[in-house]
Amino acid sequence: MAISFTVNGKPVSVEAPPDTRLLWVIREELKLHGTKFGCGVGQCGACMVHIDGDRTFSCLAPIEAVAGRSVTTIEGLSAHSDHPVQKAWLAERVPQCGYCQSGQIMSAAILLKQNPHPTRAQIVAHMSTNLCRCGTYPRIVRAIERASRES
Amino acid sequence: MIGQTLSSPVSRRGFMVGAAGLTFGIAAGLPGETVQAAAAKSAAMSPWVTIAKDGTISIMSPAAEMGQGSLTSIPLILAEDLDADWAHVRVIPAPPDDALFGNPQFGYMYTAGSNAVASYFKPVRKFGAQVRKILIANAATHWNVPVSELSTGPSVVIHEKTGRKLRYGEIAAFAQIPQDAPEVKDEELKPTKNFRLIGKDVMRVDMPGKVNGTARYSIDVDVPGLLYGAVMRAPVEGAGPATIDDKKARAVKGVVAIVPLSYGVGVVAKTPSAAFAAKKALVITWNQTGKAWGFDSTKGGEIFAAAARNLDQKSMVWDALGDTKQALASAATTVEGDYRCDFVYHAQMEPLNAVASVSRDGKSVELWAGVQAKTVAVTVAASALGIAADKVVYHDMLMGGGFGRRGHHDIEFVYDAVVLSQAVKRPVKSMWTREDDFRNGRFYPLAGHYLKAGFDAAGKVVAYHHRKACDVVSAFQEPARLEKDKGRDRVSFTGLEAKYYQIPNHLAEAVPMDSGMRTSSLRGVAHLSNLFGIESFIDELALKGGVEPVAFRRTLIGAAPRGHAVLDSVTRMSEWSRPRADTALGIAYTDFAGTLIAAVAEVAVDRKTGIIRVPKMWVAIDCGIAVQPNSVRAQVEGGLIYGLGFALWERITTKDGTVDQANFQDYHIPRINEVPEIEIDLIVTDNRPTGVGEAVTSLVAPAIGNAVAKLTGARLRQAPMSRDRVLAALKV
Repeated sequence: MAISFTVNGKPVSVEAPPDTRLLWVIREELKLHGTKFGCGVGQCGACMVHIDGDRTFSCLAPIEAVAGRSVTTIEGLSAHSDHPVQKAWLAERVPQCGYCQSGQIMSAAILLKQNPHPTRAQIVAHMSTNLCRCGTYPRIVRAIERASRES
Repeated sequence: MIGQTLSSPVSRRGFMVGAAGLTFGIAAGLPGETVQAAAAKSAAMSPWVTIAKDGTISIMSPAAEMGQGSLTSIPLILAEDLDADWAHVRVIPAPPDDALFGNPQFGYMYTAGSNAVASYFKPVRKFGAQVRKILIANAATHWNVPVSELSTGPSVVIHEKTGRKLRYGEIAAFAQIPQDAPEVKDEELKPTKNFRLIGKDVMRVDMPGKVNGTARYSIDVDVPGLLYGAVMRAPVEGAGPATIDDKKARAVKGVVAIVPLSYGVGVVAKTPSAAFAAKKALVITWNQTGKAWGFDSTKGGEIFAAAARNLDQKSMVWDALGDTKQALASAATTVEGDYRCDFVYHAQMEPLNAVASVSRDGKSVELWAGVQAKTVAVTVAASALGIAADKVVYHDMLMGGGFGRRGHHDIEFVYDAVVLSQAVKRPVKSMWTREDDFRNGRFYPLAGHYLKAGFDAAGKVVAYHHRKACDVVSAFQEPARLEKDKGRDRVSFTGLEAKYYQIPNHLAEAVPMDSGMRTSSLRGVAHLSNLFGIESFIDELALKGGVEPVAFRRTLIGAAPRGHAVLDSVTRMSEWSRPRADTALGIAYTDFAGTLIAAVAEVAVDRKTGIIRVPKMWVAIDCGIAVQPNSVRAQVEGGLIYGLGFALWERITTKDGTVDQANFQDYHIPRINEVPEIEIDLIVTDNRPTGVGEAVTSLVAPAIGNAVAKLTGARLRQAPMSRDRVLAALKV
């Protein structure tokens, strides 16, 4: 049975078993490869997307739970890579290997939406859902502080 | 291949391994895209540089990008001596060709050991300067003026007398490329003070795509007709399936094929979910071939430690000076120390994967992968299919982390994709789950260290003995190199001798072990384990000698101004001598292949729980010329955080040779709320650039351990310094 929802503002309809994880639908059916597979168990945050304006591990979300809802992926965060978080990410030269960064950015964007001027402690508490093995954490903190300042 | 391969003056001097042929003439050996561009409207100045008439300068980047930034740094270095305008430079990942693009230090295209910038620095400067000479010579002919009257600015040749200028792109339109590469003497290279690019940060070319989801890793490849592969691999290296029951797996909707392999069972399906489900549904019993069956890492740790301490256990002299045994026997006082390290998992964020598309006739393959040695990937694919290397079309993808995991001679995750595609004659994206990545992990090896030092009556260290018992990683990771190095395993033992500490008698011994486990290099390579032992032990010696640890190290390094400078800096930044109420500072120092580096950690210890907290660390580093200073800082930050995980938490255990950990819920890598504040002093000097990415990683554990010893009196002898171990040490 087809499951319909919205991705980055566009309606989509997907034929897949209802327990298929949203991550694989986004990546392999809809060909939006910016959202990454890291652990499959909600431990690393590489798969982070927004559903109806809150963040979700797409590796855990079954596609049936997304029916009728609105999903935003890194590709839909901004039209020209100009979301304040993305701009701050480049200004602070955050990414190294880059693999986790879509998820980091999606997490950070939600934080600033919910709390435009977070303290350092609030930043690290919020971002502790996302792993980065390259160790870009100090720059992530600086970038979020910058985005908070500049947006 | 069109064009003529020449033996250049450069290579005759043996200057750059791999530059056996500087190919001049028509775009020989360039990737498809550039060959076409060259034929249409560009001049291939050398295999490294193509200049288009519109001024675009394409520069080859020989190193693999895994986040360290050398995709950008190496072309930037070349651009400096070419005097290119960086705004017009296009970076192209060099195609797999060891002869042209091989890493001088390894002899092939291998990115590892933090040496890419260090290793390519001088050769690519010369390649840039050669092209600049060709451009100047062409301008001189064009204007009919002597070469000596010409100079260059960013992408332009200038005749100052007449004020005339020719842009590089304009010259490319009529340039005659000489058969022989012009010789460039060292003194003809651009003086350091004139650098416009080196030492000034530019945007890394791979970075913009990493904030908007467009950066492409092999896992992101999409080609028509793509299928998905998964492999259930034997838990132990060398083992394979004894019986396979694939009934349930075949029943999974979307399964296309079950592919029995010597080392496991593969599944090919229409979706990733189906492939993973079918893999899970396989019922396999494993044969008992393979050495690691029965290997228990906890018991193994005891055995390795005993082997290090047992002087009768067979060993190889790694490095020796003087007569250490005699000096120890006649020493006024001696000190002994044991240190141990557990297996460690790379945990690169992208689970291993590759995409292969084997042609219908099986005689060619297209391959997409992210690896640290691309020519090796080509060889692996070719030999898997029994075809020639030139029948492999290789697409270089970004790596979602490397850390040594993608540098093995057999690149098994590439092999998986090739054989699965071969089985179905369709393109296959073969993906490991995180659980596969743990289960099939190739780990940083278990190690036992035994150290002994002797003081003379005056309190001077006169003898130093270090034995390390460890698996011979290269025997598994890169047998050819082990053979080339005559059995000396650089991956497991480099740096054991700590020569920068001037002790008149030293003996470093490698005690080869064979657990049968899959082992690998990791960020920090041998130093990570070695320096936990060495730098902790140096503090023990300082304590025994009643000398403050920094002063003690200063005496041992002797006249090493750059070493003293980093010690000066790190002690100043950290206010080393200032007493703290509830915390203490610990130091560690090393000379990492020419990079001088010192780190100080501030720690607090919860005596009830055994939890070590690290609120702050300071690092002073002198890596010579910092090609991209901000990247250097990023590497120090990241390298430090990697070392923090090794120091405090990361531990792979095995029972019966099988890995106990399955995913991140039972393997603790650092999270953002656990990392210290980091302060870095990057000391830029005019010395040749040396390695950065791994330099600090190995200092974190000893700096923390030394701080804990200072704070509590308890010496931690095992990495990771986990809670249970801290509590046990506090009880003693």
